[in-house]
Amino acid sequence: MNLTLNIWRQESASAKGKFEKYYLDDLDSHMSVPEMLDHLNEKLIKEGKDPIAFDSDCREGICGQCGFVINGHIHSPEKHATTCQTHLRSFIDGEELYLEPFRAKAFPIKKDLCIDRKAFDRIIAKGGYISVNTGQAPEANSILLSHETAESAFDAAACIGCGACVASCKNASAALFTGAKIAHLAMLPQGKMEAEKRVKNMVAQMDAEGFGSCTFTKACEAVCPQHISIAHIVTMNREYWKA
Amino acid sequence: MLNSKVPLGPIKDKWTQYKAQAKLINPSNRRKYKVIVVGTGLAGSSVAASLSELGFQVDAFTFHESPRRAHSVAAQGGINAAKDYKNDGDSVWRMFYDTVKGGDFRSREANVYRMAECSLALIDQAVAQGVPFAREYSGYLSNRSFGGVQVSRTFYARGQTGQQLLQGAYQALIRQSEVGQLKLHTRHEMLDLVMDKGKAKGIISRNLDTGEMKIHMADAVILATGGYGKIYYLSTLAMNCNATAIWRAHLRGAYFAAPSWTQFHPTSLPQLGEYQSKLTLMSESLRNDGRIWVPLKAGDSREPNSIPETERDYYLERKYPSFGNLAPRDISSRAAKEQIDNGHGVGPLKNGVYLDFKDAIQREGKGVIQKRYGNLFDMYKKITGMDAYETPMMISPSAHFSMGGLWVDYELMSNIEGLFVLGEANFADHGANRLGANSLLQACVDGYFIAPHTIMNYLAGINPNSSESSQAGEKSLHESKDKIQRLLKIKGHKTAEEFHKALGKILYQKCGLLREKKKLLEAKEALKVLQEEFYQNLLVPGDAEAINFELEKAGRVEDYLGLAQLIVEDALQREESCGAHFRVEHQTAEGEAQRNDEAFKYVSVWESLPEGKFYLHKEELEFEAIPLTERSYK
Repeated sequence: MNLTLNIWRQESASAKGKFEKYYLDDLDSHMSVPEMLDHLNEKLIKEGKDPIAFDSDCREGICGQCGFVINGHIHSPEKHATTCQTHLRSFIDGEELYLEPFRAKAFPIKKDLCIDRKAFDRIIAKGGYISVNTGQAPEANSILLSHETAESAFDAAACIGCGACVASCKNASAALFTGAKIAHLAMLPQGKMEAEKRVKNMVAQMDAEGFGSCTFTKACEAVCPQHISIAHIVTMNREYWKA
Repeated sequence: MLNSKVPLGPIKDKWTQYKAQAKLINPSNRRKYKVIVVGTGLAGSSVAASLSELGFQVDAFTFHESPRRAHSVAAQGGINAAKDYKNDGDSVWRMFYDTVKGGDFRSREANVYRMAECSLALIDQAVAQGVPFAREYSGYLSNRSFGGVQVSRTFYARGQTGQQLLQGAYQALIRQSEVGQLKLHTRHEMLDLVMDKGKAKGIISRNLDTGEMKIHMADAVILATGGYGKIYYLSTLAMNCNATAIWRAHLRGAYFAAPSWTQFHPTSLPQLGEYQSKLTLMSESLRNDGRIWVPLKAGDSREPNSIPETERDYYLERKYPSFGNLAPRDISSRAAKEQIDNGHGVGPLKNGVYLDFKDAIQREGKGVIQKRYGNLFDMYKKITGMDAYETPMMISPSAHFSMGGLWVDYELMSNIEGLFVLGEANFADHGANRLGANSLLQACVDGYFIAPHTIMNYLAGINPNSSESSQAGEKSLHESKDKIQRLLKIKGHKTAEEFHKALGKILYQKCGLLREKKKLLEAKEALKVLQEEFYQNLLVPGDAEAINFELEKAGRVEDYLGLAQLIVEDALQREESCGAHFRVEHQTAEGEAQRNDEAFKYVSVWESLPEGKFYLHKEELEFEAIPLTERSYK
């Protein structure tokens, strides 16, 4: 199949970027989007041009490394899929695509489609953990947890940190990312001890990073590859007021 | 013969005795010592966090933008522990036995026992960190069974157990970067090991965003950089997994053990085309409920659902009635390859076998199966576009786990003093074949519970001095810079990706699931030719002063080309079959692996000599606790 690609090219964080057009006529519908870019890059390198910088690692939707915007869709035109899980069969033969990086003030563009999401690590650093040192743990079955709570905690903990929630939000809010971690830990008996401090510090860091506020448009939930629910944002807000 | 420094005494007491006698450092003196940790997967994150909690200074390095991206994240099925919560006869001893047998008697007994022993505390630790393992309705932890064993000892968090455990370790690491003496260096790749007076004293790093190269000195260096299955190009590993850190340490003198022992995972998705960059793994846990079969008639291209029961061959159930679809990975993979090679393969390229859930869905209902494996079925659909509730999955063997790695002694220290190697990057616990759900366990146990003790024991014997700049460091830095310039200057016509694909093909065809002398010798020649071509015809665009993914790739492929030759050498030298290493010349009348304990009851441990020559050292393996037997799953 063939596709016309308009890809965001930007030399560095400070450089000005623009779309460049590429035409590919030897594609296979089973190729994934990163495989299509691999293919294009091989051509560019041989033509003596700078290949497109894009992040991609596990290529099975779990590492959270990939992700860009395709024709305005965060990650993918498919529902709840990462960019690497998107195959060319999702597009029409001959279609024209626009590929650009996730855009948010707190995610500076490093080069082309690569962004810097270290802000997420800095939010986690402010309390996205249970302060248990190696060796302190009691016997595992001494902390009972209902099946339902374990499943809900998992639902929140499944976040892959890709940043799609931020990219989809008109305010570039990180409420879904932050809320999911707060909810995951607040649900567990072993996480309750630090709940107050955690929510205060993480929310403060989220604001300090320049993420916007949440206005409950649910845009994040609609694109999240792990189906993380905005109910966790409600939990975060409740925990915050409690604190 | 190498000395593995296994403590004397009964196997059950060795670790307790070791810990009781290990040297300690007073809490107020610990902050004077600095340790470098390379890699932030489960092994790296857990050891970095644990050492920082003890009060040591830690410098942690990862080439990823965040530690949370490390490839431990992709492990699906679970983690083993001998908790015996099922009352089904499990114990530390049983787990020890299963693992030694699973590894086809080519692992070190004392290490394996210790791993089983420490599995108990590891589950406790993970739960305390908030890892949401599956629970029964009663609120107690749930278990499932995995290949190669007859008890249920696998703890799991749906099909994302690795991700959840990594979150726990990552959060512990990040916490220490905030409250402890831990400094995190993301997007930094290790390019060399700095040695001083025979000891590991630091590393050379390259900042992958800016290109800046630097010397980092420490009192000990830990490599926890994972496996190298990606050397086969098509593998279940992430695109950036590499052997660079361990290979460059090897070139500085660290011995490499059993390099050719790579596990081929039986349940990955088959290749669909030439453009493909990886083979996605489907968790082995699927084999609990899925039945593996191929059409009885070779070349049968009917739709799977229109092939009647009588015309299907459930070959694992037929050949291994007591373990059936849960036969260990090496055996399942080889059996699949045999079917595919004999013309029974299915799918467009005839390179897969079916994994069928029809009976399980009929027996348990779609809801139950959905609950158990829902995310795996979703993933299958996303990747293949097919619905596995309606039509059987197609699976095939794929390069997966490296049982081989840098040789370490009982303390997880390599033959270089002060260089420790943890997790998949080392060789020790899995022998010639790893059992499912033991990989997450080994990475965690190495990092949380073993290395903190053995490293303190090492540090207690030396004076802290990580601030002293060293001439050796300057020399390594220059060499690393030259190495990069050398690659940039070739300006040939073939990309690193093309060389990697060519390398993968050679290894799959001549040193893959089946190995024989003739083909191995061909591989040896082909690899030499490919390596020569690499240095003459490599094309790397751009420069070394900014983000350059192609340059990163080229360095990794360069190292893979060196390692591949050692892999083939190792496969050639071992004139027996054991676990994942199947030499066609050495098989039983029934086509099973034939070990030769008289001649090969040792680990092959390799040293690289100048001009591409290798020297063989040996570590004799003693089986005192478990008598050597033929490994059977019939």
